[in-house]
Amino acid sequence: MYTFSNRLKISALVLMVLGLIGLGVGFFTAPSTVEEAKAALESAHGDGHGGDHSSGHLIAQEQNDHAEDTHAEATAGDHAEESHAAESHGDDHSAAAAHGDAGHGGGHADHHGEHLLNSMKNRPWSAFYAGAFFFFMISLGVLAFYAIQRAAQAGWSPILFRVMEGITAYLAPGGIIVFVFLLLSALQVNHIFVWADPAVVEHDALIQGKAGYLNPTFFIIRAILFLGGWVFYRQYSRKLSLAQDEASDNKPFVKNFRLSAAFLVFYLVSESMMSWDWIMSLDPHWFSTLFGWYVFASMFVSGITTIAIITIYLKSKGYLEEVNDSHIHDLAKFMFGISIFWTYLWFSQFMLIWYANIPEEVTYFEMRFEYYKLPFFGMLVLNFVFPLLVLMHSHFKRINWFVIATGIVILFGHYLDVFNMIMPATVGEHWHLGIPEIGGIMFFAGLFIYVVFTALTKESLTPKRNPLLEESRQFHY
Amino acid sequence: MEAKLFRALYNDDDILMKAVKKLREEKVHIEEVYTPFPVHGLDKAMGLAETRISIAAFMYGCVGLITAVVMMNYIMIQDWPQDIGGKPSFSYLQNMPAFVPIMFELTVFFAAHLMVITFYLRSRMWPFKEAENPDKRTTDDHFLVEVHAGSDEEKLKELLLDTGAVEVQVPKTA
Repeated sequence: MYTFSNRLKISALVLMVLGLIGLGVGFFTAPSTVEEAKAALESAHGDGHGGDHSSGHLIAQEQNDHAEDTHAEATAGDHAEESHAAESHGDDHSAAAAHGDAGHGGGHADHHGEHLLNSMKNRPWSAFYAGAFFFFMISLGVLAFYAIQRAAQAGWSPILFRVMEGITAYLAPGGIIVFVFLLLSALQVNHIFVWADPAVVEHDALIQGKAGYLNPTFFIIRAILFLGGWVFYRQYSRKLSLAQDEASDNKPFVKNFRLSAAFLVFYLVSESMMSWDWIMSLDPHWFSTLFGWYVFASMFVSGITTIAIITIYLKSKGYLEEVNDSHIHDLAKFMFGISIFWTYLWFSQFMLIWYANIPEEVTYFEMRFEYYKLPFFGMLVLNFVFPLLVLMHSHFKRINWFVIATGIVILFGHYLDVFNMIMPATVGEHWHLGIPEIGGIMFFAGLFIYVVFTALTKESLTPKRNPLLEESRQFHY
Repeated sequence: MEAKLFRALYNDDDILMKAVKKLREEKVHIEEVYTPFPVHGLDKAMGLAETRISIAAFMYGCVGLITAVVMMNYIMIQDWPQDIGGKPSFSYLQNMPAFVPIMFELTVFFAAHLMVITFYLRSRMWPFKEAENPDKRTTDDHFLVEVHAGSDEEKLKELLLDTGAVEVQVPKTA
């Protein structure tokens, strides 16, 4: 039996408290009026920013052919109305959502200010969402890995099942947090999802066309369905896994095998749709067909990395004595392979869009090229070049501290990946990796550690009886 | 004086593994082992040095990558930077995504082919090469261990039979 060490428990709690403070600071300092937003921008960027910003504005409007159409069609008399309509079409102009409540008649100059205000208001929400989704995604990735191990009847991994089950314990609480966030967004408490705002949709023919799918009610129903399915599998499979320990035959094992195979079918469909709903719809004008796979690769590699890190940690504390270097080696091979798989999907998505350069698709990357150069290319180095070179040599995959160090880099890289998927759509060019973002990471990291390690104390760390357990014990590469 | 080689034949890979371990314990130098299929762990039991072919492959891959970059840079950017369908041919970096498939394939091509050729050279395999097979049965169901005869030939023969050899061939004195 594992006992949650006091030091780790306190660290987790400290992380949560510091994270909460960070997030709180984010919400507290978010400007509530246009004037405050402008002042905050002045102090943050100095004089140089004015030019920058307006050019960004221009790009966003030019890129959008559709904006022109609506602009011409608009019948409303005053200029503010017109530009409002045009504005709300910019992919990165989620901010236009709040146009309605802040000074409407201010004309174009003020419009700029409102856009700025909304980006800034979105920042703490996005920081919260990036952290919440990232850690939720890790446990979902582990769940997929676990189901694959069961469905494939892998002989090496049963000894790690309890660790994986521990990590997926975060699925329910993490999922509820993400769900509450989505619910608040659908109820327009924030302006993260532009399509949830009827004022935006009214002027946006493209979103209107998608309204059959992208509407708050259906969005929430889908979220309930997906989360319900995942959490159900997690709980039921865990129950069967524990039942197998006490059983006198292999019935729970066989049942779990069938359940896992069925879950994988559900997972592939639901995960793909989840990525359209929760991430891709942040940019409701943009679409990509392999996006679901891309998000999957990201969560899969983060999940496997987390399994490796937690396994090595528990082993170093003397809890997983039967886990040998070969198990770590296998996990590290997965980290290496799936990192490259992620890069393959990243590149396939990027290169196809770059090559064809169709305006309606390319805006997505224009935004990231223009304003997110460092995180965008930095994550490529962290997620591809670094694991490629470090984990290529077979010998290095057996050195525990090497795997841990690479794992931390990969996890940070995939946080940046989530960051790059969320931020450009919500805060646009006003991004920082500052107190709210770090607060978001810390809070959820603390919660994740707390939930996962608490779950690990519940049961023995190695399954007692499983047809493949002995093979797993003897596993040697 | 020409060295004499004793040949011990085994008919099971488990017995072979045990024999090899035993011979190593007795400090008998094993010249060569012939098996019909790869016997897992035999190289470790024999104490063979690890292969370095993966390191060679990595370096060949680097050569392939460099070849692709130099080639595409010269052809597409330096020599004749045409405007083909609006692709930016001003610098290599600007047009790089279009070159990645070639960079990738050449890396794999060089790594794979040069590694295979290295393998052939190092293990001396080529067409029309005369087979070096001491006993035909080793390609089907027998395992053969070649050891140098030391000073005490009788004792070595005993030892080989002891390890479970089904047959020990003692060559006539040359």
